[in-house]
Amino acid sequence: MKKSRVLSRIVIGLTLLFLFAPIAVLIAYSFNSGKSTVVFQDFSFRWYQNLFEDKAALAALRNSVVLAVVSTLISTVMGTFAAYGISRMRSRFFRSTVMSVTNIPMMNPDIITGISLMLMFVFVGTMLGLAESLSFYTMLIAHINFSLPYIILSVLPKFNQMDKAMPEAALDLGCTPMQSFFKVELPEIMPGVLTGGLMAFTMSLDDFVISYFTKGSGFQTLPLYIYSMTKKTVTPKMYALATIIFFVILTLLLISNLTDQDDGKNHKAKNN
Amino acid sequence: MKTAVKNRDGRGVSLLRRIAAAPHVAWSVLFVVVPLIFVAYYSFTDREFSFTLDNIAAFFTPRYLQILWRSVKLALLATGFCLLIGYPAAYFIARADAKKQKILIMLIMLPMWMNFLIRTYAWMVILQDKGIFNSVLLSLGLKPLKLMYNEGAVVLGMVYDYLPYMIMPIYSVMLKLDPRLVEAASDLGCNGFQVLRKVVVPQSVPGVISGIMMVFVPSISTFYISQKLGGGTFLLIGDVIENQYTANNLHMAAAISLVLMILLLAGMFVMNRFADDGAEGGLIP
Repeated sequence: MKKSRVLSRIVIGLTLLFLFAPIAVLIAYSFNSGKSTVVFQDFSFRWYQNLFEDKAALAALRNSVVLAVVSTLISTVMGTFAAYGISRMRSRFFRSTVMSVTNIPMMNPDIITGISLMLMFVFVGTMLGLAESLSFYTMLIAHINFSLPYIILSVLPKFNQMDKAMPEAALDLGCTPMQSFFKVELPEIMPGVLTGGLMAFTMSLDDFVISYFTKGSGFQTLPLYIYSMTKKTVTPKMYALATIIFFVILTLLLISNLTDQDDGKNHKAKNN
Repeated sequence: MKTAVKNRDGRGVSLLRRIAAAPHVAWSVLFVVVPLIFVAYYSFTDREFSFTLDNIAAFFTPRYLQILWRSVKLALLATGFCLLIGYPAAYFIARADAKKQKILIMLIMLPMWMNFLIRTYAWMVILQDKGIFNSVLLSLGLKPLKLMYNEGAVVLGMVYDYLPYMIMPIYSVMLKLDPRLVEAASDLGCNGFQVLRKVVVPQSVPGVISGIMMVFVPSISTFYISQKLGGGTFLLIGDVIENQYTANNLHMAAAISLVLMILLLAGMFVMNRFADDGAEGGLIP
């Protein structure tokens, strides 16, 4: 018993060390006043200041947030309704076909999803005689595309677990189908919708590969900006950016963990 | 009761049910299926969009086959290392007590959500000629090593970037493992190793399979990791697709994508034969 405990600590400890050591290096050197990644000169916020004065970085951040918000909203609404429809499909064949197609963007390598969309956009754009085939909208379509399976996969189980008698009772008591959906079914599936939405939002902020192939010339997201930064010699400005991203994700994860716990409490309250 | 519903509101309900998935189905056809058809269409046409087999034939030449082989080799190595590190990690995390488990899983997911460009670059800072690792060697009076721009560095980058994708699905099947089975096995005289081999490992196969796919697919198709940590000294299949794209050689990019996709489909088909049902062990615990 004791031996396996020690082993467990060693294994988990080494794994976490491996995962976090490189990130810790970036965070440490983001506070270095010099450019070197070997000598730590002085503690300073110089690179943070540098970052906040960088207009391109701020524009990229704004673009990323706009894109993530819009694509999350559209994919969450479309995906939630899709999960509702799929959970109520009678034909097994149709349901499994829809699910297989839904899973394609998740199973395919990002590079192929990106290339395939780009080929279609370029083809259609050339056919329509557009000066530029790729734009904010092509990227938006791409982001909705890879978000949808994650929304559906987190909402669908909630529909399947739900007591089917509840919406029926609502209908019996005089609700219209729409009312029953918004008053009975939506509150039940809400945790799944939120999980899926949060996932879609983070994935949209994080995506590089698919965005790289479907980007228009005037619209740069944060990952695309990071890519262009790492093409040249990198200044610690990038480390400052990485540090900020790290703490934002940490906060998001903490929030989602806390809401999970609240969820459990609510359930307990209901049962009492 | 059911018939009552049908008589009064049944039409409305079934209409909503029927059309609820329609936007998504239309979307998937238009933006998932049709683009894949375009990949095939571009693969078999030239710049004037007349039929040709040249693009596909160009792939089956020693140059491209060598690149393909290298990509498969490095992706397999990365997947193997991820399994070697990820399996015990997932096993022990699943056995930790509940509160600790939550924190540990959060820590595993944290780097997963950090952009992989940054994570890859972090290794450049460490492995560079004048990087941290070499400065440590120098201060110990040792000779600096050439750590970057080789296949090992690229595999390291892949393992680092995709390790959480291996841990998460294995962890989620380990959670479902009934502890009574383990107890029963040891009661019946299995030693620790036998319990692992006869009870734990067979039960965790679905998680392992989805972990393998989730690491192998991005590893074999990467272009950023090989560009940065490989320094362009050798190409992987993702690099070639990206190069053809930047050179505006879309038909060749499509042909290579098509071959890669078919190979992966074949691979997944074989893998799924090992797993009875792929329903378990998703990324979502």
